[in-house]
Amino acid sequence: MTAPKTLYDKIWDAHVAHQDDDGTCLLYIDRHLVHEVTSPQAFEGLRMSGRKVHSPDKTIAVPDHNVPTTLDRTEGEVKNEESRIQLEALDKNARDFGVHYYPVDDVRQGVVHIVGPEQGWTLPGMTVVCGDSHTATHGAFGSLAHGIGTSEVEHVLATQTLIQAKSKNMKVEITGKLMPGVTPKDVTMAVIAQTGTAGGTGHVIEYCGQVIRDMSMEGRMTVCNMAIEGGARAGLIAPDETTYKYVKGRPHAPKGEQWDMALEWWKTLFTDEGAHFDQVLVLKGEDIVPTVTWGTSPEDALPITATVPFPSDFEGGKVDAAKRSLDYMGLEAGMKLTDIQIDTVFIGSCTNGRIEDFRAAADILRGKKIKDGMRAMVVPGSGLVRLQAEAEGLDKVFLDAGFEWRLAGCSMCLAMNPDKLEPGERSASTSNRNFEGRQGRESRTHLVSPAMAAAAAITGHLTDVRDMI
Amino acid sequence: MDKFNKLTGIAAPMPLVNIDTDMIIPKLFLKTIKRSGLGKNLFDEMRYNEDGSENPDFVLNKPAYRETAILVAGDNFGCGSSREHAPWAIKDFGITCVISTSFADIFFSNCFKNGILPIVLPQEQVDILMKDAQKGANARMSVDLEAQEITTSDGDVINFNVDAFKKQCLLEGLDDIGLTMQKADSISKFETMSASDRPWV
Ligand code: SF4
Repeated sequence: MTAPKTLYDKIWDAHVAHQDDDGTCLLYIDRHLVHEVTSPQAFEGLRMSGRKVHSPDKTIAVPDHNVPTTLDRTEGEVKNEESRIQLEALDKNARDFGVHYYPVDDVRQGVVHIVGPEQGWTLPGMTVVCGDSHTATHGAFGSLAHGIGTSEVEHVLATQTLIQAKSKNMKVEITGKLMPGVTPKDVTMAVIAQTGTAGGTGHVIEYCGQVIRDMSMEGRMTVCNMAIEGGARAGLIAPDETTYKYVKGRPHAPKGEQWDMALEWWKTLFTDEGAHFDQVLVLKGEDIVPTVTWGTSPEDALPITATVPFPSDFEGGKVDAAKRSLDYMGLEAGMKLTDIQIDTVFIGSCTNGRIEDFRAAADILRGKKIKDGMRAMVVPGSGLVRLQAEAEGLDKVFLDAGFEWRLAGCSMCLAMNPDKLEPGERSASTSNRNFEGRQGRESRTHLVSPAMAAAAAITGHLTDVRDMI
Repeated sequence: MDKFNKLTGIAAPMPLVNIDTDMIIPKLFLKTIKRSGLGKNLFDEMRYNEDGSENPDFVLNKPAYRETAILVAGDNFGCGSSREHAPWAIKDFGITCVISTSFADIFFSNCFKNGILPIVLPQEQVDILMKDAQKGANARMSVDLEAQEITTSDGDVINFNVDAFKKQCLLEGLDDIGLTMQKADSISKFETMSASDRPWV
């Protein structure tokens, strides 16, 4: 009998195309997602050396980071010159090399990590890479998905493989169930608050437990999306009925006989009883409460009921880091998190730009108005999410409440397009990074769930959404 | 990647120590979508005056050195960031060999990935080559990678060491991608197997 394997071991083993004596492997890549920021030099490298894209059929290109999300975006040209050049380069490269492409004016365009699963490109048991750290999102399907650098993008384009050494296994189990008002975003932030941003370094995390089993695919994608913020190479969730149901019928999902064949294999993709994990973390679902960040690292996450910490609460290098964070964020140690005033609310990104996120936010906003002077925007993760939300009348809820209803893109998740914070402005944001300058120079970001973002938009300060349901 | 075997060309002296990647290619030029075209900004801050005109005192601007192919540089060349723009700029200018007493690690390995040969020699030998390079257009040095020999303009020969594997890669023009492509058989075997096991992929 073979030794028990983890889910990660199984996917890894199924993709080793070559192994060197020192254990370094050539890992075969099933899906390569490409966006405009990290790919231009890779395509140029191919041109310079006269190489082709090895498998254009497994390569999917979508512009997202630089695209404007205003309704008039297809009329004017992109004003920022560097953004425009990157978008034009992707357009040319995608067409020249014949890869699958969803241009800005295609209704299916959106954030690459939302488009991939939506179109059925991401399937259980696959290896998925993209020149972007949040590729971890696709792990929700039980596919091994991680970010790569530009020289690796070129390597995958040219060979459909990646030179890789195997990571360690880590298990994160969330038992029991979540209380009302607590969402997948809170779960993933609570995990990072426990592990720290380096806790997962060198590991691939498998999330499991009843809370994960009960989650929708949207929720699982939110959880895996932030695996990288815990330092992990990737996050994984074993596929189950929820997964198959989501995948079935998507444009690029297998059909007919191939579906049956795929399903049979997918059902073997779970961690065997007794398989070894190098690290294990167990959280009780009932203990998790709505979570927000106060500092400039995703690990600076606390329950909304807490107060802003004192630097002296920390040890070692974290003391100075906390001082610096407080200073940058303009916060007083000891103040209640619910007293933090917000001037901008952003709902969107590959963390929380899916239909379920919008439903959760709309449930809080229905019949209410956002605070006077508040700037609030909802940016769908894809054109199809936008259409779905409109079909459900969610756009009306947002517009009536005073939100802007935008076109798909990364938008205010990062300051690479016109949606930015001004220096000193403070947001409640459903994105995944609160780094210094992430949403604009001297911007201040508090990471929250969509429901919590909606609550903050109404009251004008960070708010415990459980008081509103 | 371009192959590197024999090179005969003008060598320029840059005795400055600790030439870092910011001096090689300032941050300002990193926003490009290309890796070609950086040669005109190689050593930008030393090479150009504030008004954009050339600084006539900078070695690569002197008539004798405009066609430089080899750089003889001071200790610890290429320190600083890991940006691959530094070797891209050097290569784009037309320099494919850099000689020094030592190099920063990442820069050193980035050179090999981009078809540039970095040569480490003891101080006395670098001194000899530095002097030779100061002869301007008369300083046509030859570098023979196969034989691991540098021949000065006077015909003196200096031997150098190079990692056998890296040497092979340069001689055959193999970068990481090229190396992986040598395993094309394994890859296509895998693809055949996967096409029957997992035809939906
Ligand atoms: S939405 Fe944000 S995190 Fe996601 S791909 Fe875009 S910029 Fe990156």
